[in-house]
Amino acid sequence: MIPNEPKITPELIAEHGLKPDEYERILKLIGREPSVTELGIFSAMWNEHCSYKSSKVHLRTLPTKAPWVIQGPGENAGVIDIGDGLACVFKMESHNHPSYIEPYQGAATGVGGILRDVFTMGARPIACLNALSFGDPGNAKTRHLVAGVVAGIGGYGNSFGVPTVGGQVRFHARYNGNCLVNAMAVGLAETDKIFYAAATGVGKPIVYLGSKTGRDGIHGATMASAEFGADAEEKRPTVQVGDPFAEKLLLEACLEIMRKDCVIAIQDMGAAGLTCSAVEMGAKGDLGVTLDLDKVPCRESGMTAYEMMLSESQERMLMVLRPEKEAEAEAIFRKWGLDFAVVGETTPTKRFIVRHRGDVMADLPIKELGDEAPEYKRPFADTPKPPIIAARDVAPPMANADALERLLATPDLCSRRWVWEQYDHVILGNTVQRPGGDAAVVRVNDGPKALALTADVTPRYCEADPFEGGKQAVAEAWRNITAVGAKPLALTDNLNFGNPERAEIMGQFVGCVRGIAEACKVLDFPVVSGNVSLYNETHGRAILPTPTIGGVGVLADFQKSATIAFKAPGQSILLIGETSGWLGQSLYLRDVCGREDGAPPPVDLATEKRNGDFVRALIGEGIATAVHDVSDGGLAVALAEMAMASGIGARVEADGLPHGFWFGEDQARYVVTVATERAADVIARAEKAGVSLRALGTTGGDALTLGVERPILVKTLAQRFEGWLPAYMAGHET
Amino acid sequence: MKSAVLVFPGINREQDMARALALISGRAPAMVWHAETALPAGTDLVVIPGGFSYGDYLRCGAIAARAPIMAAVRAHVARGGLLLAICNGFQIACEAGLLPGVLMRNAQLKFICRDVHLRVERSDTPFSRGYNAGQVIRVPVAHGEGNYVADAETVARLEGEGRVLYRYVSPDGAPDPVWNINGATNSIAGILNERGNVLGMMPHPENHVEASMGCTDGRGLFAGLVEHVARAA
Repeated sequence: MIPNEPKITPELIAEHGLKPDEYERILKLIGREPSVTELGIFSAMWNEHCSYKSSKVHLRTLPTKAPWVIQGPGENAGVIDIGDGLACVFKMESHNHPSYIEPYQGAATGVGGILRDVFTMGARPIACLNALSFGDPGNAKTRHLVAGVVAGIGGYGNSFGVPTVGGQVRFHARYNGNCLVNAMAVGLAETDKIFYAAATGVGKPIVYLGSKTGRDGIHGATMASAEFGADAEEKRPTVQVGDPFAEKLLLEACLEIMRKDCVIAIQDMGAAGLTCSAVEMGAKGDLGVTLDLDKVPCRESGMTAYEMMLSESQERMLMVLRPEKEAEAEAIFRKWGLDFAVVGETTPTKRFIVRHRGDVMADLPIKELGDEAPEYKRPFADTPKPPIIAARDVAPPMANADALERLLATPDLCSRRWVWEQYDHVILGNTVQRPGGDAAVVRVNDGPKALALTADVTPRYCEADPFEGGKQAVAEAWRNITAVGAKPLALTDNLNFGNPERAEIMGQFVGCVRGIAEACKVLDFPVVSGNVSLYNETHGRAILPTPTIGGVGVLADFQKSATIAFKAPGQSILLIGETSGWLGQSLYLRDVCGREDGAPPPVDLATEKRNGDFVRALIGEGIATAVHDVSDGGLAVALAEMAMASGIGARVEADGLPHGFWFGEDQARYVVTVATERAADVIARAEKAGVSLRALGTTGGDALTLGVERPILVKTLAQRFEGWLPAYMAGHET
Repeated sequence: MKSAVLVFPGINREQDMARALALISGRAPAMVWHAETALPAGTDLVVIPGGFSYGDYLRCGAIAARAPIMAAVRAHVARGGLLLAICNGFQIACEAGLLPGVLMRNAQLKFICRDVHLRVERSDTPFSRGYNAGQVIRVPVAHGEGNYVADAETVARLEGEGRVLYRYVSPDGAPDPVWNINGATNSIAGILNERGNVLGMMPHPENHVEASMGCTDGRGLFAGLVEHVARAA
């Protein structure tokens, strides 16, 4: 008989985030009323965050295979083969709701969680990235959130000892009540030493590793599966507290027991803690699991089974151990000062049984809890196509040189130095390209191989046209990797949307996923891991659809990577790709003209591939001396960034070209510099390859001159570019 | 040169240091666990690398300064052996009383990671003979608590005895508060003990030792140590 206090009431069911029909399903499944512990377990497993119940049916449409993919979605992280017996293990995950409630700890534990996902698979983390979306700078809470989130990411990653090498930061009023913190971790392992979550073998010991279990983070995953109302502040106790020191010890201890071949299966305790990790290991291995909670190391006395099963205390792991290795494994954990306790075993029954103080507190079918959880085909409404805005219908409010100066000092285009200088981006000694370029480049061991890493999405495009926006997010990640000379291999997607129970939000989700799938297919750039974060709404207002794409590429030789900085005066500047002057949804239209409308630039994936392959070849052959992709802010901003990175100016020969030429955000474009004597050759090559190319002008001098516009000193550009964020954070700007 | 790199729980730049030592001295260092009580026989140089020993809990370096291995480190220093203490190592050395003063929270209250410029104040020490006096080198910092503070008398002594070895300066070598990135007293980045066999510094020369990675300004420090040990032998 399972003790059942308190009584299950409709209110209690609703508090657990379970809908009446889901509760009916539970009753049918187990043939009786669940105990409160069981209700908690169902709520933990069937919430949106853990079960992907609204998204799964669409996620299945994503391309996930390629010859170099070792492990696609469904594990703790994706794994790809990067050659020479090495694998890259990576994933991105959101920690949005906790970060809004408690920015430092929310962001810190977001980093901690994703690092655990990577080293659980046997990989040593070598880099982190993150993509952050904050509300309008004028919103009262924004500054506090930026300061807290950035400090939290740095606080965790710096102490853990992994370089944070890249990412994105954006501001938009639609994130006022719901900021986004998407953290990505990348690790290295040997291809034949990857560890998985699926348990094998009956009667094997299940071992609890790491920090003790406390009462923090109970219901964190349920909280993350609901919208925010006026009570957001009251949810602070659901946020976990991170301990990067414990995680660093856990990393070293885990890698050590893996080297000693002690591990059958291993799973980190992330969302829904002990419940989720135990159920996943059993369900994936078609085995039952019995847990004895009296053995669980607790931080405080008197914890109930319910609390232990739902705690989201950090820096914990669950492992199925090779029984003969128990003493050896325990000694390793003791050396690192960590808890090690056998808390259960695998069984042949496919039941999930939890015992505590002599009672059975839960006895549930494990498959239905885990990989056979409910799945919804939610109704969705396609986003209406916005009208295409012709550049000639947009009256320029100021001279193009003035517009450039203004744009460089806007929240979305200004330098992110204030952010990334708080992250240790040089530790481990392998950061070839530091933050500020198109993609970070991180050497693999002693080289010459290196990885190119990036995180991208343009939410305003996704809002206007989810399909094109989804395509563009993938294309931009692919382009950024290409722009440093690397071959894009695979991506992780972190899909942040509003409430999927609303058809228009579900329509955004479906549209973006279709776009992502299309781009992945054409660019041969599969999805190997990911995370879905829904219910990012406050008071019924959703965030901009934000499917962040974390891309990974490989460079055979890091010394052949390109950077955005002009290298010398007197070099030819070439623009690769067609410019139509597309102003719809551009930052020029929004931040200079004050209009947020129109269709976003379409992405022609075949052109994208052709242009990218052309640029990558120029880099590989050492012909391109500097490369920068053209994205937010258009050509003028790209040129300014190349000038600022080097201190070298440029003169672009163009008579009376309109604002669309300078600030349009047409896709599939790169600015490339080459030695002048090679320019004719490159132009001929482009023509032969069917790649659109336009010679823009020459590098040199101390100013950037856009056609007939007044020259702007590079020093002045840099002052504008570097000024805004520090001034804002110091309270001087709104 | 036989070197030993100490490893405390939470230290995280030990591999960066080991790589730099192996590259420049041609010999991989011994990695010595904090719970050990002896250093490998014949150790010429002990290094306490950067990181967050014990999570920087209590106070940066305070717990590590009391680890079992530290008795052996004191004995090594008392014998005249060399000790290079970088970043968290500098904090540990101060907490252990091997160097005077303390590293406070950065003046702007934020962790900071960026390249800085250091002026080498003298070249007649084991820790700087690979440079010329007055030379400016570029190396990264990555710390939240690197603001060197000591009482006026101690600072005056350090300055008077030429024990300030590295100082934050502008790229052309001029003292400038803008380039004193953490607000350290007298822009102090690195100091020697009285005997001159212990250097504590906040920046990370070990991260600038490979041409292919963009900068080799940190090499001189290690190359100088190798030369010093070779000549002493």
